[in-house]
Amino acid sequence: MSAGQLPRWVDYGLIPFVNLAAAFLVSGLVVVLIGENPLEAVRILIWGSLGYGEGIGFTLFYATNFIFTGLAVAVAFHAGLFNIGGEGQAYIGGLGVTFACLALDHIVPWYVTLPFAIIGSALMGAAWAFIPAWLQATRGSHVVITTIMFNFIASSLMVYLLNSALKKPGSMQPETRTFEAGGRLPFLNDVFPSFGFGYAPVNLSLFVALAACVLIWLLIWRTKLGFEIRSFGANATAAVYAGISPVRTIVITMLISGGLAGMMAINEIMGSQHRLLIDFVAGYGFVGIAVALMGRAHPVGIVLAAILFGMLYQGGAELSFEMPNITRDMIIVIQGLVILFAGALEHMFRPAITALFMPSQAHAAEEA
Amino acid sequence: MFETLILILDSTVRLSTPLLLACLAGLYSERSGVVDIGLEGKMLGAAFGAGAVAYVTANAWLGLLAGIGVSVALGLLHGFASISNRGNQIVSGVAINFLAAGLTALLGQTWFRQGGRTPALPEGGRFRDIVWPYAEQLRDVPVIGPLYSELLSGHNILVYAGFIAVPLTWWVLFRTRFGLRLRAVGENPAAVDTAGISVAWLRYRAVIACGILCGFAGAYLSIAQGAGFGVNMTAGKGFIALAALIFAKWRPASAMFACLLFGFLDAVAIRMQGQEVPGIGEIPVQFFQALPYILTVILLAGFIGKAVPPKAAGIPYLKERS
Repeated sequence: MSAGQLPRWVDYGLIPFVNLAAAFLVSGLVVVLIGENPLEAVRILIWGSLGYGEGIGFTLFYATNFIFTGLAVAVAFHAGLFNIGGEGQAYIGGLGVTFACLALDHIVPWYVTLPFAIIGSALMGAAWAFIPAWLQATRGSHVVITTIMFNFIASSLMVYLLNSALKKPGSMQPETRTFEAGGRLPFLNDVFPSFGFGYAPVNLSLFVALAACVLIWLLIWRTKLGFEIRSFGANATAAVYAGISPVRTIVITMLISGGLAGMMAINEIMGSQHRLLIDFVAGYGFVGIAVALMGRAHPVGIVLAAILFGMLYQGGAELSFEMPNITRDMIIVIQGLVILFAGALEHMFRPAITALFMPSQAHAAEEA
Repeated sequence: MFETLILILDSTVRLSTPLLLACLAGLYSERSGVVDIGLEGKMLGAAFGAGAVAYVTANAWLGLLAGIGVSVALGLLHGFASISNRGNQIVSGVAINFLAAGLTALLGQTWFRQGGRTPALPEGGRFRDIVWPYAEQLRDVPVIGPLYSELLSGHNILVYAGFIAVPLTWWVLFRTRFGLRLRAVGENPAAVDTAGISVAWLRYRAVIACGILCGFAGAYLSIAQGAGFGVNMTAGKGFIALAALIFAKWRPASAMFACLLFGFLDAVAIRMQGQEVPGIGEIPVQFFQALPYILTVILLAGFIGKAVPPKAAGIPYLKERS
């Protein structure tokens, strides 16, 4: 890795920017391919996501989901692990939120329920990450494969539960009963009416997400455990040689990662839907991969990337109204391109940029 | 009872075929050291390409060719990212799954305006079932009759292609020079490099072989089993194929049995829907749907033998330079 040879702003600013620009350039070409004007599309997208209060509210609502799932992927990245199971962990995390809300919503106000919902979702998400983590740590079975399997198992399990034990009595819909006021987080529009968020479901869990960012930053860069996680991720052999337990590091990292993914359910279930329903995760767990890659696994980067993806989701919905040719599938294409250029092809432009900035080092960077 | 068994086995064969083709596809790629979780995306892309071209040309063979073309193109993208640019193979696979899911729905809507579906295929656009000689006459012969005329006869050509691909893959991998080198490059690429053979070119050929077989798998879904492309019609089959590949410990014959097992579970699940099992009651259909994944996790946990992947799988190869 030639990091450190280049100025920091190039490494953390220019190269990610060039990668992103390439992703959006190709997205623009796709828009041209389906016969629409990409500049007009960008205008509608930005107006739809930032142009008025309700749009901003929706952007922030989606961003809340992506902060949680992005942090989940990022924490695992720091230990050199790829947690691709955020989708399943968030889905199961919904159970934790739901149990807390169903048990407490008619006896206590929401601010008493919230801590239980946070703990419940984090515990359930972490529990769903535990078996893959434990298998990776002790049996060497690859966490990528096992978390994929667990996504599908979670999906089947939830469909089963919502069709049997959790189903509202007398209802045909596979969903729980709607929570009472004690199981609902206040919408930001009711807390800060002057922002004019309108009917956007953005709610107080946005602040839970931001708090999680600060805590994860402290954990990764300011604690002994964080140091162990980063050491293990940078060089597992050296870390083990230095006395860091691989089993402990892998399991704890994955538990934190799964817990964060699970907490996404607070925003969706307690903040917006007010009931547990099928497929409420809707791919947000996978978006976390793109967000973490784009945010370079740093909480600040993740918040920015989460807002950008929030804009894509909200602006994309707006776009599909204005330009019916550009369906919401366009967002999935953009996501794929971001993952491709910011993730898999992240080294593509590096040799050229290195050659530009330090011609003498270009040869060395070739080898990295 | 025997009749039911034959019916279940018959649908097992039909349901296993796409898994088998995708599983063998992954076998080539992963044996060469390129982990491929983009099987799902390649299959989906191929299903769309095949469905679209078969509809426009009313020719199933051109459809198959188009499916293979799309799938190989996605495979080359995976190769470009993970072989040439030494990017993370998992990340690249995830990107391909996203791209395929988004682009097929988007282009499908733009071109055909049926919510992402391709229109129903015209005559000739679909691979028809092939009836073997004397299947009708033998139908009433006990035991052999149903076996021959239901189970063996009456599938489309891609089903037979899938099962012929099993010995063929075994022969290519274990009896040809290419296969020996392909396996070597997945275990110890440095040794292959030292022998003066290009690691990158070998891996590219493996990725292309993977693309071709995924093309067959996708085309099977849209123009053989089905009569047109539907949004997200792979519905996780690429991941089941990946599970089957691990279950089979990266071996061709075992891959066939793993896919047949997973196909059988699927067939039983469809059959059991809403039926009571004596003494147990109704088994939820979700249990059968989750079973392939649960079995694979148990295997990975080391309770049914140990699945050891190719040693260099997932590691980009860096040729040393002075």
